Amino acid sequence: MSKAEIDFPPKGGFSFDLCKRNEMLIKKGVQPPSYRKTGTTIVGLIFQYCGFHSTFLEMLIGCLTKNFKEGGKTEDGVILGADTRATAGTIVCDKNCEKIHYMAPNIYCCGAGTAANTEAVTDMVSSQLQLHRYHTGCESRVITALMLLKSPLFNYQGYVQAALVLGGVDVTGPHLHTIYPHGLTDTLPFATMGSGSLAAMTVFESKYREGLTRDEGIQLVTEAICSGIFNDLGSGSNVDVCVITKGHKDYLRNHLLPNPRSYISPKGFLFPKKTGIDKFFGY
Amino acid sequence: MSIFEYNGSALVAMVGKNCFAIASDRRLGVQLQTIATDFQKIYQIHDRLFLGLSGLGTDAQTLYQRLVFRHKLYQLREERDMKPETFASLVSALLYEKRFGPYFCQPVIAGLGDEDKPFICTMDSIGAKELAKDFVVAGTASESLYGACEAMFKPDMEPEELFETVSQALLSSVDRDCLSGWGGHVYVVTPTEVKERMLKGRMD
Repeated sequence: MSKAEIDFPPKGGFSFDLCKRNEMLIKKGVQPPSYRKTGTTIVGLIFQYCGFHSTFLEMLIGCLTKNFKEGGKTEDGVILGADTRATAGTIVCDKNCEKIHYMAPNIYCCGAGTAANTEAVTDMVSSQLQLHRYHTGCESRVITALMLLKSPLFNYQGYVQAALVLGGVDVTGPHLHTIYPHGLTDTLPFATMGSGSLAAMTVFESKYREGLTRDEGIQLVTEAICSGIFNDLGSGSNVDVCVITKGHKDYLRNHLLPNPRSYISPKGFLFPKKTGIDKFFGY
Repeated sequence: MSIFEYNGSALVAMVGKNCFAIASDRRLGVQLQTIATDFQKIYQIHDRLFLGLSGLGTDAQTLYQRLVFRHKLYQLREERDMKPETFASLVSALLYEKRFGPYFCQPVIAGLGDEDKPFICTMDSIGAKELAKDFVVAGTASESLYGACEAMFKPDMEPEELFETVSQALLSSVDRDCLSGWGGHVYVVTPTEVKERMLKGRMD
């Protein structure tokens, strides 16, 4: 093996040269490290609101032209939500992390599972989508992102543990998909993933209906995430929401802060007896 | 015993007003036996960027050598120093490459970015970045450090007060951890100067 190969692995990707050493250490009784997980609540829902103007005349015009949407106001899109706690074992290592990752201007992805995996996989697909946009000159489609995400996850047979909720609005309309670590995907009107998924799903199952407005959708997503935050130990802190509609997106970072730190002592800590210093170098 | 507890370490970085502090303990041990009390865990990459590496000592040194190599190449190509955010991405990528056979290291990166804005970041051993606005911790004493920093931290501290806070947090945390301690090593970095101090702590 040449020296250059040791320092720069060929063409990027994973390098396995420390595996033999690590296996030897495990055989000698050393425990492998625990990775930072985003034990999480992530949710998504599609809202499709079709409202009509209340005047009878406009409704009549709508009926006559056989296009109800012309007389009314439609709003449809995808709302994604996530909590903001990252854990390493049982310790909270980040109280306000970002779990809603950017994929394309019209596509966002929430990630649960091992934090490094979700970040790496979403960054990789985001750059592939950008190259694809340069190549084709068109807005990215959500199913493109879906295929680009599920193929490597399947190829790695679930070892890259990333569970994702992918949502976006493209020319064909709003789409919401879930992607499991082994590469299985689902297309759904509302979805939840992560350790808090059961808590959030109870809220969705009881309150979701077709024809939600944007504000009702945001309210429902916030409620579902809060249910995960307060009932699941792996989720906590704040609620992040991302609303994607045709040609527009609203990333509401820290949309709700239901866990403020209200017990800070106003005096703070004072150290009147200075710390003992052995040596001092100033430069 | 976990691989991270083989050598023992404690690292903390904290943000102040246009300055930051990065501190480590000084012990190098082989499980329960101490073999050095002057082991370096914080390295200076360039005059506004510091890197601390906790975890297995040999992996920390190897990773540091690789990073210095990459940074020197960057300096030759770009004719300037790396920004802290870029350096953090580099470390994250280098660690994630070894996702299935990782380095047993947890880095803490601290630097002054554009307009002298302090930047701190830590990662787990496979490169999951955690960008905090207040403090980051790593090492065997990390649980105590979380508690001490959470209680003692105040936003916008001046360099002298920041030094006191970081030192007290570090010393009180390593006192509750058998595997780290034997003094402390603190760097307080402002846009104009770097102050390096060794702390007197319990030698047990």
